[in-house]
Amino acid sequence: MPAIHSFFDTPSPAGLTGVKAWLLTHDHKRLGIMYLWAVLFWFTVALTVGFLLRIELMTIGKTIMSAEIYNSAFTLHGVIMIFLFVIPAIPAIFGNFFLPIQLGTNDVFFPRLNLLSWYLYMFGGLLAIISLFTAGGFPDTGWTFYVPFSVGTNNNVPLTVFAAFILGMSSMLTGLNFITTVHRMRHKAMGWMQIPLFTWSLYATAWVQLLATPVISITLLLVIFERAFNIGLFDPDKGGDPLLYQHLFWMYSHPAVYVMILPGMGVISEIIPTFSRKAIFGYKAIVISSLGIAVAGSLVWAHHMYTSGMSDTAVFVFSLLTFLVAIPTAVKVFSWVSTMYKASIEMTPPLLYALVFIYLFSVGGLTGLVLGAAGTDIHVHDTHFVVSHFHFTMFGGTGFAFFAALHFWWPKMFGIMYNFKRAYIAATLATVGFMFHYVPMFILGMQGMPRRYYDYLPQFAQGNALAAAGGLLLFVGIMLMLINLVLSFRKREISSINPWGGVTLEWTVPSPPPLHNFVAEPNVKEYPYDFSEILTAENAGKKGQVTP
Amino acid sequence: MENKSDFTGIRIGMWLFLYTEIILFGGLFVLYAVYLHMYPDDFVSGGKQLDRVIGALNTVILLISSFTVAASITAIRKNSKKLSLGLLAFSFLCGVVFLVNKYFEWGYKFHHDIYPNSETLTNGPPGENIFFGLYYVITGLHGLHVIIGMTLLAVSFIWVAKGKIEHNNFAMLENSGLYWHLVDLIWIFVFPLFYLVL
Repeated sequence: MPAIHSFFDTPSPAGLTGVKAWLLTHDHKRLGIMYLWAVLFWFTVALTVGFLLRIELMTIGKTIMSAEIYNSAFTLHGVIMIFLFVIPAIPAIFGNFFLPIQLGTNDVFFPRLNLLSWYLYMFGGLLAIISLFTAGGFPDTGWTFYVPFSVGTNNNVPLTVFAAFILGMSSMLTGLNFITTVHRMRHKAMGWMQIPLFTWSLYATAWVQLLATPVISITLLLVIFERAFNIGLFDPDKGGDPLLYQHLFWMYSHPAVYVMILPGMGVISEIIPTFSRKAIFGYKAIVISSLGIAVAGSLVWAHHMYTSGMSDTAVFVFSLLTFLVAIPTAVKVFSWVSTMYKASIEMTPPLLYALVFIYLFSVGGLTGLVLGAAGTDIHVHDTHFVVSHFHFTMFGGTGFAFFAALHFWWPKMFGIMYNFKRAYIAATLATVGFMFHYVPMFILGMQGMPRRYYDYLPQFAQGNALAAAGGLLLFVGIMLMLINLVLSFRKREISSINPWGGVTLEWTVPSPPPLHNFVAEPNVKEYPYDFSEILTAENAGKKGQVTP
Repeated sequence: MENKSDFTGIRIGMWLFLYTEIILFGGLFVLYAVYLHMYPDDFVSGGKQLDRVIGALNTVILLISSFTVAASITAIRKNSKKLSLGLLAFSFLCGVVFLVNKYFEWGYKFHHDIYPNSETLTNGPPGENIFFGLYYVITGLHGLHVIIGMTLLAVSFIWVAKGKIEHNNFAMLENSGLYWHLVDLIWIFVFPLFYLVL
């Protein structure tokens, strides 16, 4: 058998050498890696900005930045985290890399479109950078760009909004590509109920991306038009209704939080059975709940607007629908926990991150019910309670799922293993820091401290100081985690084909995979989470040697 | 890549894309619906100020061009390149005529001081300002789509002429055609909403 080159080492065709072999590539794996570095860059930037925000709030009055910069900083933190990190992170990196492999095929359906999506992503990021330094500086509106302020402020709203528009297009095209790939390029032997759960979650996500993103596109365009032509579509003086902006905005942006969390849930659905050596509990229930979240999640947007002046009927209906979304979410959480029941669990860094995910996300989900219930929401609306809830779901949820995915698939993507001890320490630091960072915010919110305020009353001082201390721990933990991953390149501890004992198709190909993914015809299992072969091999003492 | 020959897959991708375009306009139609509910009388009086003849003419032009694009696809499938080229050129011309009409229509309104933030609209009834605001945004965005559609038709024309689109390989032409139908479809909704609102 000839030596198998990984996709890193495969010689490029003439005229496509050096950096061009990357910048003009159609290979989904190279694009995944390119997304990885870009996303990590933006994540680090926004993480640092977020950290500086908490330092500013550590003490009453000015600590390190002026009120104007503070306003721009929380907008910058939100815009980068939402549009450049949380939305693209898991689908664009791990989705691009692993969706085709899990489906037993050699690429996505539209490889050139995939490259275009990457360029749109980079272009959107570039525009965001430019808007920092031009025409009044970065917007001070918050990432929601609410009218009338976003139309009136002197800061550079149009360019930032346009950047978000471009990023939306990138995410939409990725979704389009994934749907077509799942339908048309799935391995012949793979039926719908044999698709791995990560790919299922990406499929459900892709539909939400297609369904919802155009709404934000048009909303953002309208903000630009309003600023350019003063039409007055949202201006009460000219007959418009600002509430409609909020409706249009959340019609996308609430489904978007499911775009953010669904792929994360997919990651967890892969990790939990792998380290439990046990078929996942309720495969079909998880599939259906993914689709259920995609559908129900598109119908709850106005729960952001209970205090904006909607009719009581609307508040009632949206509150009810919001409660309904909790059901499929709970189905997933219970399925994961049930999978671990009486399993032979093997502790590894990815599993630790996954367990932290389950805990943090459950807290985030349950506090979401406090906000979804109209009565309690009135009390905590627009307070730090919301900030904390949101970060528990998006950071504790998607963020930790992203970290779990990094640790889970790192050996497959690069063929090398990282240091476990440092990974555990980083995870512990980050988790403890996370709790000290965000739990005080719940309490501050209940006591009535508003979000996005530069300054606060003396009774909030203790909570804010605690949050800053926790923030420091969190920041250090995450930095340590990233450094640990990067250090694996120096030590180059070679990883085997299947270091974890996984059963989906990506664990049957070399690490890193060759250019066309499969060296032999993929062997699609009757049931995707069948661990009998792995267990037999492990009992025979051949762990890590499992070949298809 | 094996998928070059998978027409069904390419078609699925295109339909998904068209779907996003419909949602894009859908957001604007939501605004229209709400504001029509708020200002029914102003919308009627606004609609009466639009020129129904030009609107109807443009509708007919787009419908005919949609037909000719579809015919050009059939022509290339039956391997008659010249006919296909002719039909494509005619469709493109329809697009040009549509835009010229639109230009005169907009110019006429501008002349009467009806445009976003104009004196007449700002000081007039708020519902009319919203009506014309939406009119300009929706027809403007639609006009942009007409231009994109014409660009696609032009590219298809060149590809047919060069022989890159043939009787067994016409996905590009078909997708351009689909896009042109979308442009037509959206106009079919825009026309009654603005010109025929009573």
